[in-house]
Amino acid sequence: MSLRNIGIVYRKELIDSLRDRRTVVSMIVVPLLVMPLLTIGMGILSLTLVGLAMREIPKVMILGGEDSPHVREELQQLKDVRIVPANSDFVEEISNKQIRAAVEIPVGFEAKLAAGESSTVRIYLYQGELRSGFGADRLQRFFRELRDRTVREHLEARQLPESLMRPFDIVEKNVAPPEKVGGAILGGLVPYFVILLCLTGAMYPAMDLTAGEKERGTIETILCSPVSRTHLVLGKFLMVLTASIATAVLAIASMAVSFGAGKKMLFGLTHGAVDTSLQITITGKAVVSIFFVVLPLAVFFSAALLALSLFAKSFKEAQSYISPLMITVVLPAVAALLPGVELSPALALVPVLNTSLVSKEIITGTFHWGLIALIFLSSSVYAGVAIAVAVKLFQREDVLFRT
Amino acid sequence: MIEARHLVKRFRDKKRGSVCAVDGVSFSCRPGEIYGLLGANGAGKTTTLRMLATILAPSEGTAIVAGYDVAKDPQMVRSRVGFLSTATALYGRLSAQEMVEYFGRLHGLDESKLRRRIDEIFARLEMNDFRDRRCDKLSTGMKQKVSIARTLVHNPSVMIFDEPTVGLDVMAARTIAGFIRECRDHGKTVVFSTHVMSEVEKLCDHIGIIHDGKLLAEGTLPDLRARFGIHDLEDLFVKVVES
Repeated sequence: MSLRNIGIVYRKELIDSLRDRRTVVSMIVVPLLVMPLLTIGMGILSLTLVGLAMREIPKVMILGGEDSPHVREELQQLKDVRIVPANSDFVEEISNKQIRAAVEIPVGFEAKLAAGESSTVRIYLYQGELRSGFGADRLQRFFRELRDRTVREHLEARQLPESLMRPFDIVEKNVAPPEKVGGAILGGLVPYFVILLCLTGAMYPAMDLTAGEKERGTIETILCSPVSRTHLVLGKFLMVLTASIATAVLAIASMAVSFGAGKKMLFGLTHGAVDTSLQITITGKAVVSIFFVVLPLAVFFSAALLALSLFAKSFKEAQSYISPLMITVVLPAVAALLPGVELSPALALVPVLNTSLVSKEIITGTFHWGLIALIFLSSSVYAGVAIAVAVKLFQREDVLFRT
Repeated sequence: MIEARHLVKRFRDKKRGSVCAVDGVSFSCRPGEIYGLLGANGAGKTTTLRMLATILAPSEGTAIVAGYDVAKDPQMVRSRVGFLSTATALYGRLSAQEMVEYFGRLHGLDESKLRRRIDEIFARLEMNDFRDRRCDKLSTGMKQKVSIARTLVHNPSVMIFDEPTVGLDVMAARTIAGFIRECRDHGKTVVFSTHVMSEVEKLCDHIGIIHDGKLLAEGTLPDLRARFGIHDLEDLFVKVVES
């Protein structure tokens, strides 16, 4: 094994790739610019949309209640809703977004309130529609207050204490550290991005260094040199691995920066009222551990992509082989995001899913060292097999000169 | 020195099954000689030369190139051979100098020797004006010079040219022809393949006519003319192939 020869091939491939606009875009520009732009852009867009929806005064309809003039009057006086005349087509109007919600006051509502009898107020909304939800919320708040007020009046009339309404309070206390709270929600997403970027970062160089060489006719040029084919493929493999790791590292760095900036922006836009679930703290130990569990996966991706695209005659053919691979990687990576999917010794042997699951755990501050070692080992075995296949394929004439 | 001994190459083809591209080709070429393999497209020229350059391994038989067996010591052969064909393209994003440097390093040249060798070759081939220009920005003639420099950087004793002038204009083809002659004059063993009769007449000391993977006739041009009683090389070639 000549490290010098592998180094010569690697150096040339690195220079060559860094001069290729498409590689630079996929390896540097996409993770550094597109990711933060997407994160911040999506954040701003969703905040703006929510803000607009919150600022809108929803149009609501009162159905019935002619014998409850006081309730109707109070509703009419609400500043944050606009009452529109009743109409029998209210369901259609809510669906068509002409009005946001409607409330149906039952017959004899006020009389029943005074008599202490129970009745049902119905609020109609279009579930899942943000603005309809805001309109219905406002109506619900009004009727909840009215219910509390009525109970309070009944209690007062009977000279009973108000505490009867709430005999006890329930307070939830969080014992999980902040990184656990944030990690549980966002923890799954970070490894998913890292794994996906490891793959996408390696894709273009893998195709360019193999199928691209065949297409351009440089493969025969390089095969004339005395460097062994094993050294050639290992030099190429190292370049693909570099691209894979560089893409993931740059993406994590830019995501961290844009996430920080996004959080600040969120604070600004919501005047400091940020949900604690968005507070994510990733420790240095977690970053280093994730790097080590993702490394064999990056090796596996690089070698597998290299072997697959080596088999292709042209760049286009390589793309058609690699696209299905994307789906087979995305599925297990996404499976780790599903609730209830937890790391076990059996799952520790499933490639991609194991790394995704263990990274999620590491981010939330849990280190199962036994399973981490098992995952590192199993991923390393898969990586070793993929490299062996790539090296083997590079020796085969029917693959190199496939017509 | 090149000595091909009963070279056979079989490929597996999905439609045709086992295909014998080269079928028992034997010939030899001494230092200071040019051996021309003359044949139509698909005759087996490229496969034969690729076996000599160890890009493909023979299915049967072997060849001794620069003192080494192509089947047993392919790396030793490659370090003593310069191979140039129309298919041996350049890395477009490397400069002319980087391209030649890369191959010099792959051939194990140390940095000071590499520097001297590159200066010498670039001066000889008048390449200094485009030394730092990227290969994809060069004209066809300039690209040919870079390819020549790439094959020469390790000073090989055997040169193999596979249809080196296909698709080239007259001037670029002349550069190649001149370079092939120069190689012979420097005592190198030269094998080249072509289907252009005039190139064979101008350059070759020995000719081998190859058809359907078999070497049908070989000898010097006067020998072949005398043997078949035909002066015109094209007519001679057709007669050999048809017989």
